[in-house]
Amino acid sequence: MTPAPIREADLHALADGRLESLRRAEVEAWLALRPEEQARVAAWRVQNATLARAYGAVLEEPVPARLLEAARPPRRSSRWALAAAVAGLGLGAVAGFVARGVVESQPQPPAPVAALPHVAAVAHAVYAPEVRHPVEVGADQEAHLAAWLSKRLGATLRPPRLGEAGFDLVGGRLLPGDTGPVAQFMYQNARGQRLTLYVRRDAPDSGQTAFRHAQEGSVGVFWWIDGGMGYALSGELPRDELLRLANVAYHQLNQ
Amino acid sequence: MPRKGRRSLHPLSLRQDIVAEIPGVRRYARALTGDAGRADDLVQDTLERALTRLALWRPGSLRAWLFSIMHNLYINQLRDARRLEYAPDEDLPELPVRAAQSDGLEMRDLDRLLACLPLEQREVLLLVGLEELSYAEAARALGVPVGTVMSRLSRARDRLRTLMAGGAEGVHLRVVK
Repeated sequence: MTPAPIREADLHALADGRLESLRRAEVEAWLALRPEEQARVAAWRVQNATLARAYGAVLEEPVPARLLEAARPPRRSSRWALAAAVAGLGLGAVAGFVARGVVESQPQPPAPVAALPHVAAVAHAVYAPEVRHPVEVGADQEAHLAAWLSKRLGATLRPPRLGEAGFDLVGGRLLPGDTGPVAQFMYQNARGQRLTLYVRRDAPDSGQTAFRHAQEGSVGVFWWIDGGMGYALSGELPRDELLRLANVAYHQLNQ
Repeated sequence: MPRKGRRSLHPLSLRQDIVAEIPGVRRYARALTGDAGRADDLVQDTLERALTRLALWRPGSLRAWLFSIMHNLYINQLRDARRLEYAPDEDLPELPVRAAQSDGLEMRDLDRLLACLPLEQREVLLLVGLEELSYAEAARALGVPVGTVMSRLSRARDRLRTLMAGGAEGVHLRVVK
């Protein structure tokens, strides 16, 4: 009985564990005489294992709510979802406050700090459409704005200049955050599109600095943690454009 | 091993089956695009498209079906907007240390190597090597014959082997007859 000729597909099937035992033995016997091919199949196996190890962590991540939402029609519109998020945030804050008052003597576990991109997107959605009062202190008083927000956050703050990217500073405001004061700077381009940069003191610097992207409804957010500060740039702009602006802001902040 | 497609014709339980596939679909999208945010955008588009087509689903591998929807969406995205072409996080400014968690160093390294593969090779490599689809399922997901899957797989694996070895050694694409 002559075994069927060994073909390339058999080598893949061996590497992928898809051969039944008889055929596997034939292919392995064939490979034993051909070290080069054997090394090739061994390398493919390593590839599979490396891929599984490297990307396996994604399986452990909680599935983002927006994906669960996407699999569960009828979907609410993104604006509606954002409005609900705003309401939820407010209620959560009130409930937390009340709960603390009631059981003050009990040691409370630290409340989880709301995800930076989420709160930044909510703040963007609240203030960016503001026509008459988009900011508390306008760009005409930039020095005062920077000094005021620096004092309140306890860190030197300076609104990055995004003029080269077509966005001029409108001004800024102070916001309440989960862990204290937060600064929001607002920018606008010639077409009236607005960007906001949300800045807060963040958890002790974990040394995890990298750009991250999040999409909250129609608001895109690029955010990063740097030097103990969390930054989030939000806008209803194409992702690439927002990334370009985040790059400019990051470099400006690090000058 | 590939999970067998569950044969459910009830829309509600089919949707539950789809939800159960989300983690795997996200993993594939993450490796395919090299970017967590873009991957989830792609997954979201895929899920939304799948739900509008529930009536078109035929018993078989649900994952292969979802991957075929994702494949078509991704191809169209790349076609419609060239600027969406694969851009691993290396485009972002060099920052001192990178984020931990799911964005391990190994993942970042692989992102860079996979970016060197043409899309059609990257897809086959990931569907078979990472998602453990059978060759027939991968062929169905990509809308190509199984023979095409096999030849792309050979090219992808040999190319990745060279890349993982540091790209120094010559390319060896000897075809076994």
